[in-house]
Amino acid sequence: MTSESEFTGASARPIRGNAGGPFSVSSAREHVVMTEADMRRAIRRIAHEIIERNKGVEGVVLVGMRTRGVPLARRLAEAIGEFEGAAVPVGALDIGLYRDDLPSLGTRPALRPSNIPTDIDGKRVVLVDDVLYTGRSIRAALDALMDFGRPGQVQLAVLVDRGHRELPIRADYVGKNIPTSRREEVQVRLVEVDGRDEVVILRPAEEVLDEQ
Amino acid sequence: MSSSVEGQSAPTALQEAGGWSRRHLLDVDELTPAEMLLVFETADAMREVLSREVPRVPTLRGTTVVNLFYEPSTRTRASFELAAKALGADVVNIAAEQSSVKKGESLLDTVRTIESLGAHVLVMRHWQSGAPYLVARHTRMHVINAGDGWHAHPTQALLDIYTMRCRLGDLRGRKVVIVGDIAHSRVARSDAWGLTALGARVVFCGPPTLLPAGLRPDGRGGEEGALLPPVQVETDLDRAVEDADVVMALRLQRERMQGGLLPSLREYVRQYQVNEERLARARPGALVMHPGPMNEGIEISPAVARSTQAVIEEQVTNGVAVRMAVLYLLGRGRGS
Repeated sequence: MTSESEFTGASARPIRGNAGGPFSVSSAREHVVMTEADMRRAIRRIAHEIIERNKGVEGVVLVGMRTRGVPLARRLAEAIGEFEGAAVPVGALDIGLYRDDLPSLGTRPALRPSNIPTDIDGKRVVLVDDVLYTGRSIRAALDALMDFGRPGQVQLAVLVDRGHRELPIRADYVGKNIPTSRREEVQVRLVEVDGRDEVVILRPAEEVLDEQ
Repeated sequence: MSSSVEGQSAPTALQEAGGWSRRHLLDVDELTPAEMLLVFETADAMREVLSREVPRVPTLRGTTVVNLFYEPSTRTRASFELAAKALGADVVNIAAEQSSVKKGESLLDTVRTIESLGAHVLVMRHWQSGAPYLVARHTRMHVINAGDGWHAHPTQALLDIYTMRCRLGDLRGRKVVIVGDIAHSRVARSDAWGLTALGARVVFCGPPTLLPAGLRPDGRGGEEGALLPPVQVETDLDRAVEDADVVMALRLQRERMQGGLLPSLREYVRQYQVNEERLARARPGALVMHPGPMNEGIEISPAVARSTQAVIEEQVTNGVAVRMAVLYLLGRGRGS
């Protein structure tokens, strides 16, 4: 990302916080919890942790969960390559066919092909996702992954852990723990998908109004 | 269970562009280009599933798909069955010849019985044009038309178009020639609707007696109360295939000869067989397609059917992926 696009990205979005006074609900709803620099540091730290925990990266495969887990996995692989001088295979996993809550009629059920470029039997697979919440997506991802082979071990890396687990699942690598209420929404935005890097919390408009 | 089927019939407010809210698939003419593209995108993911060592996902676990066929069919029925099973659904096949239909049960009674047995998706083929439309109005099941009379065969059209797109990319401006017994072909009709909606040029080619009523050699379709989309009509195959990107031969049903619609088989072969000489007039690398079952040596020469330009087997494989996509799009949301 060039500094120019960073600049446009910053100026294009509304100034948050007190801008616009009490009636500017839309700009007050969104709250940045990780900046681009925070994200870059977190990803580099996780890359170090993956290397450390696995004593190198031999037999390690990164599998990103669509959509935003995939670019995150690529960034991790890039950082690992920089630190270790070794190329780690990166795959993409679509969990759409394994969800326990299939999107209902009327929604856009975007399915994309999974792409696991290497045999995962006996490998250490690091699943990568943007946000860990109820754990249900990870449950689905584990099922999807097992249909591709029998990994020796599966680890989980997430950029954000926002709590509220509904299943006994935890992450091995966490970029940032962000306590949230269930009514809030955490959005990870990535240059590759959304045009800019940041993590924001969206609060329902009525709560924002209550506080004001 | 029935309440959940009922509950999700109401379209949600989340009707963003490219969403899917159809309960049934009756013909291609009702699909928007965006909906067709969603089917194709979904089929890409299904192809990945089919390429696995164990091509099975749990997506439609707990869903029952009934194949109700009032006409003989091997490939379409098997294709739907494999598609449903690959998605983890349960499948029941009912051939009308062996069912209570023989005892005089009416179509709607049969359908109500199947619904009461707990089926969620009804894949039906019927000799009567429009039969699936009648059924769709009287059932809570999702209805997929697997061929009704001469009218429509939407999943065949979708798999044909999907196969073309896989090979040619965007179909805008592409020329697709469909040769043979157009008048009695639900495949030609459904293909034409889908292809023209996606911007392709469709040419129907065949002897005048086998072209649909209302279409004459000099005329164009698109009128006739929109029974057909705008297509070009040509009785000379040599002329029709010029610059074609796709040449699709239809099966010649021999019983047409008895109806006096064709002078002789030999005459038909001479004028309308897709052979190497004719194919050479099309664009280099033009695709050769056939919805099957093929009469090699009649509507298509064996050499062409086996040439590298033929994508006939690909059509069959893609058929399973496209049917999985349709079953997924209609059948999801149930039981969640």
